[in-house]
Amino acid sequence: MFGSRRRGGIRGNEAVAGWLFVAPVVVILGLFLLLPILMALWVSLSGWNGQGSPFRADVPFVGADNYTRLFTQDGLARENFMTSIRNNAYYVLLVVPAQTVLALGLALVVNRRVLRGRSFFRTAFYFPSVTSSVAISVMFLFLFANTGAVNSLLSMFGLDGPQWFSDPRGLLHLSLSGLGLVDLAHPPAALTDGGLLGLSWWEWLAGPSVAMSTIIILVVWTTSGTFMLMFLAALQDVPVQLEEASLIDGAGPWQRLRYVTLPLLKPTMFLVITLGLISTWQVFDQIYVMSQGNPAKTTLTPAYLSYRTAFKDFEYGSGAAISFVLFLLIVVLTLVQRWVMRDRDRVPRTRARLLPTRTRRS
Amino acid sequence: MSVAADRPRSPARRDGGRTLASHFVGYAVMFFFALVFLYPFVIQLANAFKSEPDAAANPLAPLPDPVTTAAFTRIFEGTGFPRWVANSLVVTTVITAGRVFLDSLAGYALARLHFRGRAAVTGAVIAVMAVPGVVLLIPKFLVLNQLGIYNSYTALILPVIVDAAGVFIMRQFFVSVPVSVEEAARIDGAGVFRTFWSVVLPMARPALITLTILSFQGSWNEFPHTLVAVQSPELFTLPRGVADLVSGSLGAGSQYPLKLGAALLATIPVAVIFLLFQRHFVRGAAEGASKE
Repeated sequence: MFGSRRRGGIRGNEAVAGWLFVAPVVVILGLFLLLPILMALWVSLSGWNGQGSPFRADVPFVGADNYTRLFTQDGLARENFMTSIRNNAYYVLLVVPAQTVLALGLALVVNRRVLRGRSFFRTAFYFPSVTSSVAISVMFLFLFANTGAVNSLLSMFGLDGPQWFSDPRGLLHLSLSGLGLVDLAHPPAALTDGGLLGLSWWEWLAGPSVAMSTIIILVVWTTSGTFMLMFLAALQDVPVQLEEASLIDGAGPWQRLRYVTLPLLKPTMFLVITLGLISTWQVFDQIYVMSQGNPAKTTLTPAYLSYRTAFKDFEYGSGAAISFVLFLLIVVLTLVQRWVMRDRDRVPRTRARLLPTRTRRS
Repeated sequence: MSVAADRPRSPARRDGGRTLASHFVGYAVMFFFALVFLYPFVIQLANAFKSEPDAAANPLAPLPDPVTTAAFTRIFEGTGFPRWVANSLVVTTVITAGRVFLDSLAGYALARLHFRGRAAVTGAVIAVMAVPGVVLLIPKFLVLNQLGIYNSYTALILPVIVDAAGVFIMRQFFVSVPVSVEEAARIDGAGVFRTFWSVVLPMARPALITLTILSFQGSWNEFPHTLVAVQSPELFTLPRGVADLVSGSLGAGSQYPLKLGAALLATIPVAVIFLLFQRHFVRGAAEGASKE
């Protein structure tokens, strides 16, 4: 096609062909990834209300107003934003360690050479990761419904399950009151009087709500399979001789895990944790389907809040500003990951090369 | 192991009892987790075939009593389900075909063709992979609106018809193909596209299969993009339709068999593909690790 024209010589042809080959990708990514970022930056500095083009002359330029309302001005915008940050922070704090530990544990067990049915178990654990987040959310709505599977399981043990999706009480509040330290109806004045960024200390210290914990369980359940595979790939790189040597030295299973396996897994551990951090700050689908930020804003997250602010309240400037703050947060996390992984860039490449052959073998 | 046997106190012997016990514990843990990971799907399947009172009274039971397909009848006759399936099929097919072709074109150029700006494009593609999808919802809506394609099939398809991760996967593959193959083709007089299409691409079958499956899975499950690309119910894809079913008009009532049935039907195609091509999903997860 291109080669029939001999005039430019082989390299000359290659230059034309090269650009033609990458053109669709460059154009589409530019149009739908780079251009949007620039447009959103403009919109986040404007008071555009969604009517007509955001680039018309009569769209007011408001400077950093949309941002200051999120951080420094008293009001609903800041309250919602800070509440969403609090909710998401607790979500991250619980999901990331839980999914990392669960994924590592599953990988360690699945990795045992003597184990029969390894591929069955691996399939079982990974399966939720490939299915639709919307479909899984629907399933969890039923599992945690008032008369759903979880509550009927609890009742088999004589326990009364909560009304999961309508319970806004924070887990930290609940455990404090369970210990008899505070009275939920009359929180200590020391905590309710002072505060930070528009929320009282008491509100900051709520913990994830009961409703949010269903989403936490869901996400840990769906993502640990993926991370298990990453740990598994790293575990299969651990030289057998090393394990044998430690066995000879008389190391027990725990010592082996602690002094041989875990140190070797460090790069993967870091990767899993940062990937977890990056994805947990983006939680959206589950919130949209399951709770829409309810009850009492306890499942509101920045990603969902930005969507809601723009498309439900038609405050596009404010919504875009929230997106940008989140964008910066995630980019920083990504850069940290890239920067640390660069020192050990051998690791990801080894994994990518080894995984397919390993899985084929077993 | 032979070294171990030479030692006076063989660790193997000491470990005998412990191995058996830890073996048993290992299996117990595995079965427990297998149950935790799979039983929700059993519940979903069973409850889709239950009557509403039965689903409310016996949510845990793995067998419906009585078995009824009433929920599925209502899914197909009372909702936009058939339409959503048709839309999902069209959108997923076009996106998958587009991604496989365009991503491998670009991946090949970035791996093999010499042109000015190649390093810059490669760097940009890698950088773009770091852009978090969810924060682009508003911006993508803005662009679709400005281009006048909001609320159309084009809006559902065009912005996601290429993906940086796919370009990267293909590039990595093509880098590993020996250059001599192409040189032979070139000496035989084949042009650049011809060399790519008839010589190198057929060699890339494993990577192409992986990319096809990941694209299928990704676009079949895609949800947030459809939220900002379309608003007419005639353009809903399956995830969008199912989400609407749950949070929309039917959200207030329980109607769990109906919702679970719809979610189940949306899961089946990916589940089948997954069981058939597991290996490629695993490879995708591994390559996804280095990219994201």
